[in-house]
Amino acid sequence: MRLFDKPAHVLHDMLVHKEITAVALAQDVIARIDEVDGNVKSYLTQTREDALKKAKAVDEKIAAGKEILFLEGIPGAIKDNICTKGIKTTCASKMLENFIPPYDATVMNKLYAENPIVLGKTNMDEFAMGGSTENSAYFPTHNPWSLECVPGGSSGGSAAAVAAGTAIWAVGSDTGGSIRQPASFCGIVGMKPTYGRVSRYGLVAFASSLDQIGPLTRDVTDCANVMNIIAGYDEKDSTSIKANVPDYTTSLVQNVKGLKIGMPKEYFVKGMDADVEKAVRAAVKQFELLGAEIVEISLPHTEYAISTYYLIAPAEATSNLARYDGVSYGERVDGIDIVDMMTKTRSEKFGEEVKRRIMIGNYALSAGYYDAYYLKALKVRTLVKQDFDKAFEQVDVIIAPTAPTPAYKIGSMTNDPLKMYLQDVCTVPLNLAGLPGISIPCGFSNKHLPIGLQIIGKPLAEDTIIRAAYTYEQSQKFHNEMADLGGVEA
Amino acid sequence: MKVTKKDVEAVAVLSRLAITEEEKEKYTGQLNAFLEYVDNLSGLETDDIKPTAHVLPLKNVFREDVVLPSLDRELALSNAPLKEDGYFKVPKILEG
Repeated sequence: MRLFDKPAHVLHDMLVHKEITAVALAQDVIARIDEVDGNVKSYLTQTREDALKKAKAVDEKIAAGKEILFLEGIPGAIKDNICTKGIKTTCASKMLENFIPPYDATVMNKLYAENPIVLGKTNMDEFAMGGSTENSAYFPTHNPWSLECVPGGSSGGSAAAVAAGTAIWAVGSDTGGSIRQPASFCGIVGMKPTYGRVSRYGLVAFASSLDQIGPLTRDVTDCANVMNIIAGYDEKDSTSIKANVPDYTTSLVQNVKGLKIGMPKEYFVKGMDADVEKAVRAAVKQFELLGAEIVEISLPHTEYAISTYYLIAPAEATSNLARYDGVSYGERVDGIDIVDMMTKTRSEKFGEEVKRRIMIGNYALSAGYYDAYYLKALKVRTLVKQDFDKAFEQVDVIIAPTAPTPAYKIGSMTNDPLKMYLQDVCTVPLNLAGLPGISIPCGFSNKHLPIGLQIIGKPLAEDTIIRAAYTYEQSQKFHNEMADLGGVEA
Repeated sequence: MKVTKKDVEAVAVLSRLAITEEEKEKYTGQLNAFLEYVDNLSGLETDDIKPTAHVLPLKNVFREDVVLPSLDRELALSNAPLKEDGYFKVPKILEG
């Protein structure tokens, strides 16, 4: 029996009922990595050395009649921009090729407390800048549903690993869609929590007012369970929210009766793929059949969100990336004096997209342009946020596509960054407004590539999103289909 | 063309990035295309709109001034490209 194709909650129950052992589970997922990761290429670093020893300890605990935690003994993967003590954390950049964090991110402390089997660090766009994982300084990751396609990004390695069965669960980060869009492209569930819900301590900063860590899982049940583990106030992150974290598993109920769902007309954009539109509209219909009330709404400033995002994110990034100066950590390229050393280090070790965004950010922040670009963007950010505030006076959640297209071919967009930025039209508004959102599978394109449905909630209303997502998921079961990558049936 | 090659050179210096002649051309083109792209914002009336730098209503976040454990020096220096006697080592900055 193969085990890699099952969600964490099923495997957890099987472990508890002694139907499987944690050793067999770890062996199966490791075998799956050996089978398919050579083609998918999700992992930058693997940490399988002590996996079996850890799994054996879990089995002994179960045999001794002790209770195990939800992720205990369940193999998972971590995006390579989340600091892991003693384990290389590269951000898929040459700049951090040899960086071994001396501390764990808060999210890692919370995950480690569950005693899972962490199998490695996953590929991403360099410093999370991109939506295809093609900007990795090491290699692109391939979409398990079609190896010639991108897995999305920037958390493409995490999404592809969960979709390929080389990890049962993963965590990623989302600055403008970097969890939701790869989840959509890879046919899995990905959640960006409310800004401040999950601690960013130990997440390598890209755009600090937009970044948020979240889960990538096989289904909504796993998403709720991983959220229970990672959410919560952290005094080490001064932007984390001091609010009670509900038990998200209590939202795993099938009930959307009377739930008011907003459908923003601006999200059904020109150039949207016909299959995506069909699948999302069918999902809307499905919600209606399930008893929800669909309300057409308007988020009039949506068309300005991409411009706003692509001014704010690079401005914050250029400040955050100023720390890579060849002094305290990261690579150093020697120069004749300190400025020469810094300049050589940054020029040689940053990749093209990172440099482009640093240049854009510094331009937008520089004297004479600050008001016209950066300040203007911050003001429009207010308008984008106000759109949502108004909409949420009328509705409980908003549904929309996650991305305007299914996964596209590797290399097909790399020459046109602006065209690639357009891909983020449905995801960046949430980051600008700090709102939570989930992407769940809602069908397939005619080429059988997954399509994602996005459900957007009020601040801190992850529970409502989970309830809506769970209700829809249980009525459709698109999530039960896994990418066929071949491999041996055992 | 809003952005000139000279602007690109200046921004590259601010960014501590050395760029080749070829890259200067490329960045000039890309920055101009980018600014044209984001120019849709300029049509929006925002004089009376407050900027949002941050979505949370956070002011300064303080805590009690108590000593908490921190990284030990060896660990903090463990990723330094160059170190000596417990310090980060950098190329000479001061003349003389």
